Amino acid sequence: MKRINNPQELEKVREEILGSRDPDKPCITICSGTGCHAFGCEKVTESFRAELRKQALEERIYIRTTGCHGFCEKGPLVVINPQKIFYQRVTPEDTGEIIAETLLKNNIIERLLYTHPQTGEKIVKEENVPFYKGQMRIIFGNNGKIDPTKIEDYIAIGGYKALSKVLRELSPPEIIDIIKNSGLRGRGGGGFPAGVKWESCRNAPGDKHYVICNADEGDPGAYMDRSLLEGNPHSVLEGMMIGAYAIGSDEGYIYVRNEYPLAVRNVGIAIDQLRECGLLGENILDTGFNFDIKVNRGGGAFVCGESTALMASLEGQAGEPRAKHIHTVESGLWEEPTNLNNVETWANVPLIINEGVDWYTDIGTENSKGTKIFSLVGKVNNTGLVEVPMGITIREIVYDIGGGIPGDGKFKAIQTGGPSGGCIPESLIDIQVDFDKLTEVGSMMGSGGMIVMDDKTCMVDTAKYFLNFLKDESCGKCTTCRDGTRRMYELVDAITRGEGKEGDIELLEELSWVVSEASLCALGQTAPNPVLSTIRYFTDEYEAHIKDKRCPAGVCKDLITYSIDEEKCTACGKCKKVCPSDAITGEKKVPHIIDTEKCIRCGACITECKFDAIEVA
Amino acid sequence: MGPKAIDRILKKYDYEHSSIIGVLQDLQDEENYLPEKDLEHISERLSMPLARIYRIATFYNTFSLTPRGKQLINVCLGTACHVRGAARVLDRLKMYLGIDVGEMTKDRLFSLQTVNCVGACALGPIVVIGNEYHGQITPGKVESTIKKYRKKPRKSATKSPRHKKLKIEN
Ligand SMILES: Cc1cc2nc3c(=O)[nH]c(=O)nc-3n(C[C@H](O)[C@H](O)[C@H](O)COP(=O)(O)O)c2cc1C
Ligand code: FES
Repeated sequence: MKRINNPQELEKVREEILGSRDPDKPCITICSGTGCHAFGCEKVTESFRAELRKQALEERIYIRTTGCHGFCEKGPLVVINPQKIFYQRVTPEDTGEIIAETLLKNNIIERLLYTHPQTGEKIVKEENVPFYKGQMRIIFGNNGKIDPTKIEDYIAIGGYKALSKVLRELSPPEIIDIIKNSGLRGRGGGGFPAGVKWESCRNAPGDKHYVICNADEGDPGAYMDRSLLEGNPHSVLEGMMIGAYAIGSDEGYIYVRNEYPLAVRNVGIAIDQLRECGLLGENILDTGFNFDIKVNRGGGAFVCGESTALMASLEGQAGEPRAKHIHTVESGLWEEPTNLNNVETWANVPLIINEGVDWYTDIGTENSKGTKIFSLVGKVNNTGLVEVPMGITIREIVYDIGGGIPGDGKFKAIQTGGPSGGCIPESLIDIQVDFDKLTEVGSMMGSGGMIVMDDKTCMVDTAKYFLNFLKDESCGKCTTCRDGTRRMYELVDAITRGEGKEGDIELLEELSWVVSEASLCALGQTAPNPVLSTIRYFTDEYEAHIKDKRCPAGVCKDLITYSIDEEKCTACGKCKKVCPSDAITGEKKVPHIIDTEKCIRCGACITECKFDAIEVA
Repeated sequence: MGPKAIDRILKKYDYEHSSIIGVLQDLQDEENYLPEKDLEHISERLSMPLARIYRIATFYNTFSLTPRGKQLINVCLGTACHVRGAARVLDRLKMYLGIDVGEMTKDRLFSLQTVNCVGACALGPIVVIGNEYHGQITPGKVESTIKKYRKKPRKSATKSPRHKKLKIEN
């Protein structure tokens, strides 16, 4: 990429890129996000390339590898443009046929289409697939249009237009007003108004101001920040640059989880490209604005997502939070004013500048504007990343977009907000999802994890899971958090082992109060949420464990036994083969039997049995 | 790692104390763990107390102070994987390999670790071996999945992604 010295040159480059591309020329778009990688999309891409070479079609057909499209469940995904034909579960063996039939003859290959699970109808276009239909993909949708390693692709869809506009036309306070008026709230968990934060940081005295992008994404079960950074790193970088200009900063950091190698790579490539063409560095677009960005890899500590811990980690310290009577916008990294925002928050910024406040505030609810990307996972048919307008109901997300619960399972709860959040029961399935409503029902927005739970998910086990996570991830600074979460874990663990006592629930509630009141950072302050919300909505399940020594969901190992339903067993022998403790016996053609003494309740037979014959009680 | 190679890493980070986490990450990318003598060397070159280096090395989960097997097996215990039965997969792996989490098999081939979400939640339960992702793993699939790695040479399990292209398969 050649140097872009001023706004006029940026527009010229954009025209050149668009002029060199024929919008009607067929393009094979292959999703190469992490999900599709796990399904082998690399081999599909190779095969497409080889096929095009073989048939000498490289000139006539584009091929583009993009970031995550969101529908990871059905990968590898291939979209044929400009018709937007949507093929799923594509294998390397299919590529020849796709080229011969769809690209050259315009014929649809039925077998590769998505089938509507209820109506059985075959769906041709991406936008008509129910999973996409209910979404509003204003941030995430671009992932499907660009190759994240090519800055040209981002420029072609209007990239860096917003940056050029603010540098030329707007003063920093004007930009801050726009962000304030847009109602943009932080997507990293707390939902703090972004414009207000920017303003405080800009007004704070200091020799130097920093901006940071929080890409630590510690919430286990959420991966939208990963997919944004991997699939559209320039949108995040553009947001940071606009923010830096508004705040008066010339140095930025991105703090990325070490577990996200592809995100680290793609954002690194994007930064190199920006430096090369002069969009990062000195005197950007000849406006006197200087800015550069560094990438730091995290060390796998959840607490480092917290603002002060993250900054300590950037300084090369252990990531322990500090008290925040002095805010980080006044004294953050190296004790200078520092503005930290989440990946998705930054990615919203160029969009707001381009489309305007009125357009943006039309989306969402009274106090939560715009869209939110959720990671819809767990016991739901269509798992993947979904971007929806604030104010959508949980029912719409789980049933219309997610396609409901697999098999004959029944929806029981949805967990939002990660380890700081809670479980929302079926009775509240029609609430509107926004920052305030989720907090009101005892959970929170968090960074956007949505884990669907069905009747085979034990809520006491879920509480135990989060306590285990939190006791391990507590940095150890506050006694209440370090030891409190441990004591709570021990109590809940005992309950799941059938050793719960009368009064345990009350004790848990009391401990919860202490931990949340006396801990320094939000990790400890919110740590009791998963316990409190499950006690609040699923007391009967706790009681079944404590009083009847029974796990209604059939999860807690010490409270269940396995047996085989003679009627359903076909004596296929599969379970016998996988049983690691030789607990299953049976001859050919005779229903098998489980020796409960030997059985370690590992679950291997359940996943293996095609006939649903293993019973858990 | 030789002193020269360590100096190269330190130079990359301009001998900055604040980059100690990056330095240790690069060292571990090469060595698969943090050897004591290398930490001593770093301490000397940076004039940084060894205790402080150990504080960092023990605070962050990524770092290992003991040697690890050629193949790192990371079982995701994130929430999405948990509700789909990741704990059972882990139990099965422990039993099959005969080791606990944090340990290495006698033949030094495998180390077993857990991780809280690798960002492929839609495909849970996930097991990452080296840098290959295995989605929708069940206890029954554990043996056949591991067996494939018995013969494989080490695929630079922890090499930094910047040096080595990602390789992921089902
Ligand atoms: C224990 C803990 C973990 C957190 N993890 C993250 C995280 O992984 N990503 C994130 O963006 N924010 C995380 N946060 C919230 C940040 O502290 C901070 O509020 C946020 O990054 C600010 O950006 P925003 O205003 O754009 O949301 C975490 C907070 C706590 C207390
Ligand atoms: S929870 Fe396992 S990959 Fe996210």
